Amino acid sequence: MKKALAIALVALVALSGVFAGGAQESAAPAASDNLIVVGYAQVGAESDWRTANTQSFKSTFTEANGYRLIFDDAQQKQENQIKAIRSFIQQDVDYIVVAPVVETGWETVLKEAKDAGIPVILSDRMMDVSDPSLYTCWVGGNFIKEGEDAGKWLIDYLKKQGRSNEKINIVTLQGTIGASAQIGRTEGFGNIVKTQPNWNMLAMQTGEFTQAKGQEVMESFLKSYPDIDVVVAENDNMAFGAIDAIKAAGKTCGPNGDIIIISFDAVAAAFDSMIAGDMNVSVECNPLHGPRVAEIIQKLEKGETVDKIQYVVEEVFDTSMDLPAVKATRLY
Amino acid sequence: MNEKLKRITHYRLFLPLICLALVLLVNMIKTPTFFHLSIKNGVLYGYTVDVVNRASELVILAVGMTLVVASSAGTDISVGAVMAVAGAVCCYILSGGAVSVNEYHAPWILGLLAALVAGTVCGAWNGFLVSRMKIQPMVATLILFTAGRGIAQLITKGQITYIRVESFKLLGANIPGIPLPTPIFIAIIVVLITSIVLKKTALGLYIEAVGINPTASRNVGIKSKQIIFFTYTFCGLLAGIAGMIATSRIYSADANNIGLNMELDAILAVALGGNSLGGGKFSISGSVIGAYTIQALTTTLYAMGVSADQIPVYKAIVVVIIVTLQSEEFNRYMRKFSARFAARKAEVAK
Repeated sequence: MKKALAIALVALVALSGVFAGGAQESAAPAASDNLIVVGYAQVGAESDWRTANTQSFKSTFTEANGYRLIFDDAQQKQENQIKAIRSFIQQDVDYIVVAPVVETGWETVLKEAKDAGIPVILSDRMMDVSDPSLYTCWVGGNFIKEGEDAGKWLIDYLKKQGRSNEKINIVTLQGTIGASAQIGRTEGFGNIVKTQPNWNMLAMQTGEFTQAKGQEVMESFLKSYPDIDVVVAENDNMAFGAIDAIKAAGKTCGPNGDIIIISFDAVAAAFDSMIAGDMNVSVECNPLHGPRVAEIIQKLEKGETVDKIQYVVEEVFDTSMDLPAVKATRLY
Repeated sequence: MNEKLKRITHYRLFLPLICLALVLLVNMIKTPTFFHLSIKNGVLYGYTVDVVNRASELVILAVGMTLVVASSAGTDISVGAVMAVAGAVCCYILSGGAVSVNEYHAPWILGLLAALVAGTVCGAWNGFLVSRMKIQPMVATLILFTAGRGIAQLITKGQITYIRVESFKLLGANIPGIPLPTPIFIAIIVVLITSIVLKKTALGLYIEAVGINPTASRNVGIKSKQIIFFTYTFCGLLAGIAGMIATSRIYSADANNIGLNMELDAILAVALGGNSLGGGKFSISGSVIGAYTIQALTTTLYAMGVSADQIPVYKAIVVVIIVTLQSEEFNRYMRKFSARFAARKAEVAK
């Protein structure tokens, strides 16, 4: 009796796994027509950003554009991605695109792809492999540049306000320590801070990329430092938390407030926040890798060589723009 | 004098209280502004308010965890995920399935009740597995620990669901006219009701008896299975309440992050409160003090400006010290040491 129940339980858990991920899309066999067949091993669908990334690939690699896309959702598991890459090799696709879940453990399967003569393009995250010739190139956002863009925006903004020579007190809400976005954005913004002698970085603390922690840490900052001029939040969610904490402390923020809010990612909710006048600026982290990957594939088709590291274009959005119009054109 | 001192030091909550006092003492020296209180926007404002406010969810979880530990000598590691489920259920009902809404699609009370029911059902599931199926508590609750966030994602369709209605924020912020944040009151009410029920009825005694020896308890007529089932269900309900507070604070259901790692803090709170994780005798007030100690420590490290990458190290050091102070073996050694010291002193005096 107990054993039967235990078996039933195991079956239930296994089933729930299947349901949680949704049915995998059936892989179409490699075409014999003129279409370029691209296999994309995606991480999963854990965020808006990821969904927009998937959508970008699906809308770029259409049959009308001369491609056939075989899409695989790995549900955040490396073994699923390795399985997907092997099945791409078996189907003899023309190109493999991978957004790796983790950095390590890819050597064997990439070697198999290389032996089969299929170029591998990495999207979003890097792979840590001893032989860089195992993949053709990497496409993604430049987190250091995002940090620098935020710093440059602040220089311009202060100049416009006539505060260039004032002492500016800054606090930073860092992302999860060790995440590539946290490392890059902290470094990039730090590079600009070094060039501005009147900028004073009061404190940096992690808000773990969440709204709740961002709010908690900001509450503490406000008590320790009564004269904060700028808050740098390394993603939008932490900025939302910080804005709530600032309002609760009886201060104001945004273009017409006491405290300047700088944020990253530029998700839809960040546009709402800027339109509402709470946030000053958000630096985009562009998920639309599809067109850039298509460009690379076209170059490779012509037999040209491509750069190993390719950044996507990322913009800065602030309250001086016509935000409702910009928001209407955005996919995420 | 000596007798009085002995009575104080042998008081059950003496060590947990000393630990909390120690953490606060560090603040008194390092950041004197820590105890500064002022009124802003008609509410009390200060670090101490932050500690008590932010610890509320942990206090509520620690109460449930204490009873689970006491009755079954095991821990419920699913409480963090259950918080996320409760938040997701509530936001799903209030938003009517949309990603972001500016008005309720269903009465608020319905969302609240649904969240509490969801928490209770999760707790009952854990209780069923532990008490009836006799699965080890950690394994049984591991199911919801892993599946819970998946269920929450499924309910919210993987998106963060926002409820941008002012009244939704009241549970996690301030009710106008009341100078303290609402979570503080909820935590106090939960602790009071639980303590009163345990004191006024024989339930507390039953839980201890079952925890010490379930077979013996059954032989004297206590329904061990029902007691264990009850503690897990109650723990689930409390996780639901904590989930509602966490959800209200950020007026959204963030399935990935609500209550993340809270189960570990809740277990730590129980241990810091001087409770044995082996079940049996328990002290709710000990766990509550433990929970406030953990939050006081976090806020202290923020106030002292310790950099983010070093915070875990400091936390670990403090936890090691506190747990060592409370260990039986260490105390026996210390007693032996002080006795020897006293003996030598007496010899010298001769």
